[in-house]
Amino acid sequence: MSDLVCENLNMTFRNPQTGAVVEALKDINFTLKKGELLSVLGPSGCGKTTLLNVIAGFLNATGGCAKLSGNVIERPGVERGMVFQQGALFEWLTVARNVDFGLRMKGKDPEENQQEVDKWLDIVGLKGFGETPTYQLSGGMQQRVALARCLINEPDVILMDEPLGALDALTREKMQSLVLEIWKETGKTIMIITHSVEEALLLGERLFVMAPRPGRVHKEYNLPFAERGLNDPLREIKHDPQFGEVREEILTMIWDMEEEIMGRG
Amino acid sequence: MASWLSDNRAVIAAVLVIMFLAALIWSVVFGYRQTKLTENDEIFGDPVRTKGGWYWAVTGLSALMLIWFYFSWGTGRAFFPDAANEMCQVAKLEESISPIKAALPIGSRYYKSTLLVSRNSAQLDVLEQEIPTGAFSLTEQIELKSIINQIRSMIANSSNLTIVNSEADLKLNNVIIGLGEISARLQAGFEELSPSQEALTQPKWGTTYIEIPVLPTTSLGILFDESSVEAAEIASAFLKIRNHIPENDALIEDTKVRILALKDVNKTGSFGEKTGEIRVAFVKAVERIFKRLDDGLVFPAASLIGVNDAIENLALARKNAQGILRFVDAIFFPGPGIVKSKTQCTEQGSARWLPKPTDVISTFLRLANPDLENGGGYRGETLLWWDWKPISSYVAFIFPDWIADIWPGEYASHGSDGKIDPNVKDKLLAFVQGEISLGYIPMLDGHIWDSLFRVIVAMGLGILLGVPLGLFMGVSRFFKSFFDPLIELYRPVPPLAWAPLILTIFGIQDDGKIFLLFMVAFAIMVISARTGASGVQLTKIRASHSLGATDRQIMWNVIFPNALPEVLTGIRISIGVCWGTLVAAEMLAGTTGVGFIENIARTVSDYELIWVTILIMGVLGLAFDIMMRWVIKKTIPWRGMG
Repeated sequence: MSDLVCENLNMTFRNPQTGAVVEALKDINFTLKKGELLSVLGPSGCGKTTLLNVIAGFLNATGGCAKLSGNVIERPGVERGMVFQQGALFEWLTVARNVDFGLRMKGKDPEENQQEVDKWLDIVGLKGFGETPTYQLSGGMQQRVALARCLINEPDVILMDEPLGALDALTREKMQSLVLEIWKETGKTIMIITHSVEEALLLGERLFVMAPRPGRVHKEYNLPFAERGLNDPLREIKHDPQFGEVREEILTMIWDMEEEIMGRG
Repeated sequence: MASWLSDNRAVIAAVLVIMFLAALIWSVVFGYRQTKLTENDEIFGDPVRTKGGWYWAVTGLSALMLIWFYFSWGTGRAFFPDAANEMCQVAKLEESISPIKAALPIGSRYYKSTLLVSRNSAQLDVLEQEIPTGAFSLTEQIELKSIINQIRSMIANSSNLTIVNSEADLKLNNVIIGLGEISARLQAGFEELSPSQEALTQPKWGTTYIEIPVLPTTSLGILFDESSVEAAEIASAFLKIRNHIPENDALIEDTKVRILALKDVNKTGSFGEKTGEIRVAFVKAVERIFKRLDDGLVFPAASLIGVNDAIENLALARKNAQGILRFVDAIFFPGPGIVKSKTQCTEQGSARWLPKPTDVISTFLRLANPDLENGGGYRGETLLWWDWKPISSYVAFIFPDWIADIWPGEYASHGSDGKIDPNVKDKLLAFVQGEISLGYIPMLDGHIWDSLFRVIVAMGLGILLGVPLGLFMGVSRFFKSFFDPLIELYRPVPPLAWAPLILTIFGIQDDGKIFLLFMVAFAIMVISARTGASGVQLTKIRASHSLGATDRQIMWNVIFPNALPEVLTGIRISIGVCWGTLVAAEMLAGTTGVGFIENIARTVSDYELIWVTILIMGVLGLAFDIMMRWVIKKTIPWRGMG
């Protein structure tokens, strides 16, 4: 029972100067079963990053709660791995020392660590880069390191905050395949926040479109593309008429929300 | 070897000057060509344009060295090693005739007589106007005016060329003839004159404390030296000439009697206290002017024209005799040249305070020589050397005495047999006071090491205490808010403003200086570590939380390495500031260290030593900085790339 559950999750921020209250999240309810792949989409300011931060334990909800395996989430933990937009790597360490950071902090045996590191570097496609300083890596490679660093801790849930946002189109596509591959091989629960509709469709077995003011889940989809992406090339899927249909629908939805935010709705 | 180098420093300087000149010309040509080559490939503002260009560094350094050589007269001494000696002889002649020149417009705008006349006349005018009518009776006032007029006519008589004192005139004529003879001799030039044995064995220019050899070593020098002796005799004769004219004799006698009469009245008469004072003062003022004129120092201006012309002729003759030396003097010895005073000839102008590069090196080598018995080191201590040092003295430095005091028990007292049986507490006290011999270790020693030691210990303490505190201040509200005002209160005060206080409290030796430097280093380290710690990206902290690191682990594994660039930059800055503060603190007080040497050198105006210490400080400061730059490059290669 390692499900991720959100029950009536509420999050309000108060501006200390003006006293204005912002409802970043309002009555969020969902259950993410083990092994599900969820992507969250929405216009800027709809609270998707706040949602992720609450689940990660960086923020405490002002109402309701998020639970993992039945335990209320109150603080960050190893069972919920994080991947950030910018790798957030420790540039003073080599790739290998970044990857086994979690293990070292737990005081594990260095030799075993090395084996784990080699295994995970192999999976993310960075074999032989162990002793490279991270500041010498490209953006895509840095995200691979971040992924390996997170996976090596064997988390129950992997939380990704726009992990591919800063990458170029080609690298991005390769990384999307990698995420799907890892999902398939490890069977982890994954939650991805993204700005890109295409990415959300490709990577989302389930997809939440969130709406702002107050931040809420506007619409939920169950999509077949992630499953297909395990076998078919991603570019082919993008040309599927059904894919195009959903994409247009969601784009229109978000477009309308943005218009509304700007007061032109 | 060393003495050979020392004796031949002029030759060495000549070689160096030529080398630097060659380097300068070569680097300018080379640099110009390089610039031409890359001109078309670079655009203005491109940072690449600042890369490379070491040849311009050669240009700058060789230009600096040449300027140093030039203004310190190093070039002059290198290529004209005898010039100073000759200039010294010329200066001797100048010194000899300077008393004559002082009385003439050639040396000081006006004739000395003109100045005397103008000053005395002005004072007489003032006295005449200010005769205190209340203090003197009417007849006395008339008497005073008459005396003043009488003094005026004495001035007029002395200035009158038609009333001639034949004796003075004869003596002035002798002076003119004497000066003319010297001029003629100088004009005639010199035949081969051989210098005395004593002159030849003089130490060379600049090799000893006597800057310039005084005795003439060249024919030209001997000519001037001999002329100067004759000129000195003439000058002393000139100074003895007095213009006592018979026309004034009667006036002088009369005035004397009349002033005396007034003085008698002042003494015997009964005046009020105040009136008495005024009377005495006024009569004294009149008498003072009278006595000045009684000396016969006023000559008719026209009577001195001959002497003035003779001096001018002598100057011309001197110029001719100097010949090429005059141009050498003007070109290679910038400034007022060489001046003879009393017993020695000294360099004037820039050369006075700017020692020659070779002399600086020689002074440095003398100081650097660790052989204290043979004139090495400074004030009984080497510059930088090593020695066997007792370990116990370091023990005493590290452990305070109170460690023994707080040890349980009592110190032993002397027993009934008059003997003391030391217990553990006594032994501990002896240990912390460094009285127990623990053997010897080789240790660096000397003035430079003393300075370095202070900086190193203070920096070590500053880093050890400042960095952790700074890191905690970067992450903790309590630490930041509690310590920030405390540090900000003492930090802005210039360290030297603390110095008198700290040196009083902790002593002028190592303790006080180390504490002063520690204050400097500590503040800088706290601030830089804090900046580094508070600059950690939030995502890095969140990532490490998610990876299961504890707070302590995050502190050591994330925040500290993240702050390392700032910490190292802080170390680099505080080493620089510490070094500057230390030298100044050593100048304030103390008995060792580089700053101490400079302070002593300052009090005795030893410019060579001052420059040596300045250069030592500069080189060591530079060495510190280069070392830190290297450390920074090696330890934080990720800087600016994260």
